[in-house]
Amino acid sequence: MIRELNIQPGEITPDRKFGLERIVCFKSCVLAPVRVTDETIYGGMSPDKVRKGPLETPLSKEIYEIGGLASGKSFKAAQTGGPSGGCLPASALELGLDYESLTGAGSIMGSGGLVIMDEDSCPVDIVYFFLTFTQKESCGKCPPCRVGTRQMLECFTKGEGTVEEIDFLFNLAELVKNTALCGLGQTAPNPVLTTIRYFRDEYEAHIRDKRCPALVCRELINFYILPDRCQGCMICARNCPVEAIKGGRRMVHVIDQEKCVKCGTCLEVCPPRFKAVVKVSGEKPEVPAEPVPVSGQEVKQ
Amino acid sequence: MSEIKLNIDGKEVIVPAGVTVLQAAERAGIYIPTLCYLDGLEPYGGCRICIVEIENMRGFPPACSTPAADGMVVRTNTPQLQELRRGILELILSEHPHACLVCWRRHRCRPFDVCLRNIAVDQRCVICPKNGRCQLQDVVDYLGMQHYEIRLTYTPRQLQFDTSDPFIDRDFNLCVLCGRCVRTCQEVRVNGCLAFVYRGSQAVVGTAFGKPYKESGCEFCGGCVEACPVGAIMERDNKWYVLPERKVTTVCPYCGTGCRIILEIKNERIIRVRPDREGPVNQGQACVKGKFGIIDFVHHQDRLTTPLIRRNGSLEPASWDEALDLVARKLKEYKPEEIGVFGSGKCTNEDNYVLQKFARAVLKTNNLDHCARLCHAPSVAGLAQSFGSGAMTNPIEDVLKAEAIFVIGADPTYAHPVIGMKIKQATRQGKKLIVANPREIELCRYANIWLRLRPGTDVALLMGMMRVIVEEGLEDKEFIAERCENYEAFLEALKDFEPGFVAEVTEVPWEKIVEAARLYATSKPASIVYAMGITQHTHGTDNVLAIANLAMLTGNIGKPGSGVNPLRGHNNVQGACDMGVLPNVFPGYARVDDESTRARFDQAWGTSTPGWVGLTVTEMVHAAHEGRIKAFYVMGENLALSEPSINVCQEALKKLEFLVVQDMFLSETARLADVVLPACSFAEKDGTFTNTERRVQRVRKALEPVGQSRPDWWIVSQVAKRMGASGFDYEHPSQIMEEIARLTPSYGGFSYERLDRESPHWPCLGPDHPGTPILHVGKFVRGKGRFAPLKYRPSAELPDDTYPLILTTERALYHFHTGTLTRRVPGLNELRREEWVEIHPEDAERLGIKDGERVRVISRRGEVVTIARVTRRSPPGTVSMTFHFAEAPTNVLTNAEVDPVAKIPEYKVCAVRVEKAEGGPDDQGSQ
Repeated sequence: MIRELNIQPGEITPDRKFGLERIVCFKSCVLAPVRVTDETIYGGMSPDKVRKGPLETPLSKEIYEIGGLASGKSFKAAQTGGPSGGCLPASALELGLDYESLTGAGSIMGSGGLVIMDEDSCPVDIVYFFLTFTQKESCGKCPPCRVGTRQMLECFTKGEGTVEEIDFLFNLAELVKNTALCGLGQTAPNPVLTTIRYFRDEYEAHIRDKRCPALVCRELINFYILPDRCQGCMICARNCPVEAIKGGRRMVHVIDQEKCVKCGTCLEVCPPRFKAVVKVSGEKPEVPAEPVPVSGQEVKQ
Repeated sequence: MSEIKLNIDGKEVIVPAGVTVLQAAERAGIYIPTLCYLDGLEPYGGCRICIVEIENMRGFPPACSTPAADGMVVRTNTPQLQELRRGILELILSEHPHACLVCWRRHRCRPFDVCLRNIAVDQRCVICPKNGRCQLQDVVDYLGMQHYEIRLTYTPRQLQFDTSDPFIDRDFNLCVLCGRCVRTCQEVRVNGCLAFVYRGSQAVVGTAFGKPYKESGCEFCGGCVEACPVGAIMERDNKWYVLPERKVTTVCPYCGTGCRIILEIKNERIIRVRPDREGPVNQGQACVKGKFGIIDFVHHQDRLTTPLIRRNGSLEPASWDEALDLVARKLKEYKPEEIGVFGSGKCTNEDNYVLQKFARAVLKTNNLDHCARLCHAPSVAGLAQSFGSGAMTNPIEDVLKAEAIFVIGADPTYAHPVIGMKIKQATRQGKKLIVANPREIELCRYANIWLRLRPGTDVALLMGMMRVIVEEGLEDKEFIAERCENYEAFLEALKDFEPGFVAEVTEVPWEKIVEAARLYATSKPASIVYAMGITQHTHGTDNVLAIANLAMLTGNIGKPGSGVNPLRGHNNVQGACDMGVLPNVFPGYARVDDESTRARFDQAWGTSTPGWVGLTVTEMVHAAHEGRIKAFYVMGENLALSEPSINVCQEALKKLEFLVVQDMFLSETARLADVVLPACSFAEKDGTFTNTERRVQRVRKALEPVGQSRPDWWIVSQVAKRMGASGFDYEHPSQIMEEIARLTPSYGGFSYERLDRESPHWPCLGPDHPGTPILHVGKFVRGKGRFAPLKYRPSAELPDDTYPLILTTERALYHFHTGTLTRRVPGLNELRREEWVEIHPEDAERLGIKDGERVRVISRRGEVVTIARVTRRSPPGTVSMTFHFAEAPTNVLTNAEVDPVAKIPEYKVCAVRVEKAEGGPDDQGSQ
C-alpha cells in the first residue's frame, strides 16, 4: 500500500482520498489488508480493489459465484466470522458482506471466514460443534464465559430438553453475550442465538419429535435396509464394523438397532443400483425382525 | 488533583480524578455488588457482578474497571441490570454449594437445625465457617435471590480439601474464582505463590504443581485468607467459632513496623487476628507472626498466673502482697549504684515511662537500659551526631515514593515483612533497588544491584561509594553548602578509600560499587533502609555515620521518598528510647547530666534524681559479673538468651543477690530470678506503642488479664508505692500518657482522646500540631548536618587459623527474637523447627560436612551443636545462624566486644570453626 499510494503510515495522499494507519492486530489477519470507509470495514483488499472503490459483495454472490454448493444440494445456512459468528439462513442471503449488515443479522465479520452449509447440515449439530470449541477456548476469568458456555453446552448434551428450554437457552446465550468480559465470551453465543432465531423449528423437531431433519445427529437417526430393495449381496454385512447386520446370501439383511453405531458405512457401500439402505430420523420403515429370503426379481448383474 | 463530577443514580458525586466508577459510588454511599473488587488491587473486572449502565456507553461496563469521567451519568440498579446480575450470579452459584444461599430461611437457620429439604451437609451455608462474613451471601441478599430458582445443573468441582499446611485450610470447591487471593499474592505481597491453574471451566486457584503452601514459596502472610470473599481459603484455628462477639483494634506486638490489627473475640478468647484495612502502616496486610502467631501465646498454658518467690531454691507461688512487699523490702537494701534496671521494647510507652520514673525517682539510679542497646544504639548515637535526632527520618510509606532504595544490612522480608513487602511493591513499580548484604536475602532477587560485601566492611563500601559520587561530581553541592558542615574534613578522609583498597577489603568488584554509587546518586529521591547488619558491630556508630554522610552528600534528607531509615526491631523499642529507658537521658532525650532538665523532672516528680550517667546493658551485665551490681530489676527482657556471650551473662545473673523479673512466661532469665511477677500480654492492657517510623498508636485492652497477671505499669507502681514513693497513683494508662505529654515536648500533643482518632508521628508538640512524618525538612534538628570523617576499622575478631570462618547472625521469618512468644506457636514451629547453621558448599566440602548433618560450631567463648544447612545463601568463608532457639543458643558464640560510643556488642561478626559432631543425621530420629 505504501508503494502504491506513495505515502507513509499516518499520512494522507495529496488528493485527500486515502490515508494509511498502522493498527494493532485484532486476530483478523485473514481480512487484512483492510480499508475503512466511514465505519465500514472492507477486508481482503488489493490495490486493484481499492482503486475500484466500495463494493459490498452480497452474500449470495459470494456463495453462488465464488464458492458454490455441491451439485444438486440446496443452500441452508452461511456461517460467517468463524466459530463465534452466526449462522445466517437463505433469507439473509442478499446481505452485503460488511460489518453493519452482518452485525444487524446477528452475526459478525470476525475472522472473515465463511462456511456455507447445504441441506445436509444440522444447525443444532453445528452449534454443538462450535460451542465445544469456544468452551475449550475460554480462559476462565469471567463467570459468564467460564460457566455460561459450559452450561449452554450441557443443554445440548443432556438429551432430555423441553421446548421451553429453548427459551432458557436463548436467555442464557443473551446473558453471556451481554455480560462476558472479552470478545470471545461476547461472541461465543452467536451461533446459539442465530440458529434459534432462524432455525427454531429444527430445535423443536429435535426435542419434540426426537427427529433431526438434516439427518445428522447420531442419537436421533437410524439406518434401515428396505426389504423390497435388498438383494442379499452381503456387502454391507461384511463392511459393518460392529457386525450389526444379520443376513446371508439372498436373504434380506436386517440391522440390529441395538448394536448399530450409526457410522453410515452400510449406506456408503450399498451399491447405488440397489439403494437398499436408508437413513431416517423419527420414523421407521417396515422391516422384518429377522432375515427373510429375498422376494423380488434378482436385478440383472 | 483535579476533581470530577458525575451522576450516580441521580445523585451528584464529586470525586478526585482517577478513581473508578465503583470507588466513586462507594464514596457516595451507593452499594454496587461485587465479588472480585478489593481496595488496593489493580482493576480486574472478572466477576461481572458490578456491571452498570452508563449513558453513551455501549453495553454494560463493569464499574470496577471503568474510570469515572466528568459528566458521566451512571445507573446502578435498573431492573435489566439486576436481572443480568442475577443471571451471572446463577452461573456462579451453579459451581458453588447454594442450597442455603437461595433459601429464604437462611438467616434463621442455626448449625444443627434439621432441614426439611434434605440437603447434603456439605452444601449448607450454616455449616460453612464463613457463614455471616461471606460476601457471596451479601451479593445474594442484595439481589434478592432468596426466592430464585436455580435452573442450571449444579456441577461441584469435587476437589480435595487441602489441610496439608499449618494455619491455612483450602477448599476450592467454594471458590468463586474472583482472583483476589491470586492478585493479592502477586500485586500486594509480590510473592506470586498463588496463580490460576488450568483454563476455562477447569480453572482453579492453586500453587505450582499443586504443592502444599509450605513447599511453594509461601510466606504464610495470610494475605489470601484476608482477600477471600468466601470460605475457600480460611484460617484453620478457631474457624468453627465463625462470628466474633466483639472486635478490638490494637497494634501487633512483634516487630517495629506497627501493623494495626483487629482482635476478634468470642468467649473471652481471641479467635482470629485480622490486619486492619484502615491501618495507616499496613493497609490490611500482616505477616505470618502477626496473623497467626498471636493467639497461641496469649492463651498459652505456660502463661504465669501468680507471682513466684524463690523458697529453698525453687520458685513457688505467692500472693501479690507477699511478692511486692518482698521486692520493695529487698530493693531498699541496695545503694543506687548496686541496682540495675532493664526496660523493654516489648512493653508500652506507659510501662516504660513508669519504670524509668521508678528507677530514677525511687531507686535513684541511672543504671537503666533496655534492648535498644543491643540493636539500634548506634543509630541513636550516630544519627543524633549527624542530624540531631536518632530515629527514622521518613515514614515507611516513603519507600514507595523513592526512585531508588538502598537496603544495607537489613533483611526486611524476614524481619519486617510488611516493610519488605512495600520494597518489593516499589520494585514492581519499576523503582530501583540496591541491596548490600553478605547473605543472599530474598530481596536480592528483586535488586538491580547486589553488593555481596564481606561482613563488617560497611564503612569501606559506603566510603567507596561516596568517593565515586564526589569524583564524578554527582553530589548535591547546593544542599551540602547550605545545610551541612565539616565537609572539608570528610573529603580529606575519603582519600584513604582507594578503589583497590575498598575492593580488596569488601570483596566487591570496584565496578559494582561504581555502578551502585551512580544509581543511588542519580535517582532522586533515594531512600536508605538499614537495620542490625549496620549497627551490631564494634564500629556500628561509624557505619551509621557513613550512611548519614551518604544521604547528606546526595541531598537525600528532609524530602519525601528520601531519608535514612533504621528499621527498629521491637514493636516499641523506639518508644522505650523516647521514654528515656536509657542510662543517659530522661524522656524526650533530655540529658540527665544537664542541671536544668534534671531540675524540671525533679520538680515534676517531687523528688531528686541522680545526675550521673548510668551503665548500659552490656556494662551492667559486666558489673554484675564483677559483683559491683547486686540486684537487677528486669521488665520483660530475656537477658539470658539475648546477650552476647551468654555463658558470661548467665554466670552474672547467678551471681546476683537479688533478681526480680516481670514477664509473661517463665523465660530463661525468669528461671534464675528470686521473684517473678506475672505480667499480662499486650492484648490485656491499654497503652501506646511507638513504631519504627515514630508513629504513636493505641494498644487497646481486649481481654481480662490471665490469672493474677497485671500490667507492667501497675506492678512497677505498686513496688514504688510500697517503697514509700509518691506520684505513682495511676488508675489508668491514660493518666500516665498525660504526664508523659506534660514532660516530653515531642509527645506534647498526645492524649488517649486524640490517639483514639489518629496516630501521628512525633515530634507532635501540641494538641493542634499535626505531627511530623518527615524530619529535618528545611533544617536539621541540630542546625547543620555534620559530615563525619571516617576511617575503616576491621571487626574486633577476625578469622584466623584456629577459627577460620566468620559467624554472622540473621533472623528467620517464622520466629521472633529469643522465641519467647513464637516458639510457643505450634504452627510456627512446624514451619521452622530448629536452629541450623548455613554454610557455603565450598566450605562444607572442605570440612566434609553434608546437608542435614549435626555439626559443632565453636568460638573462643563456647560451642553449640546444631544442624548444617549447605546453601549458597551464605558466602564462602561465612556461616550464619539465628538466635531464636534456646536449645542451640547462638549467643554462646557471639563476641561481647562493644562499640566504643554506643556500647553495642558485635553480634554480626565473630570467628568460629565448624566441625562434625559425633553421631550422624541418623541419630536425630532416635532422639
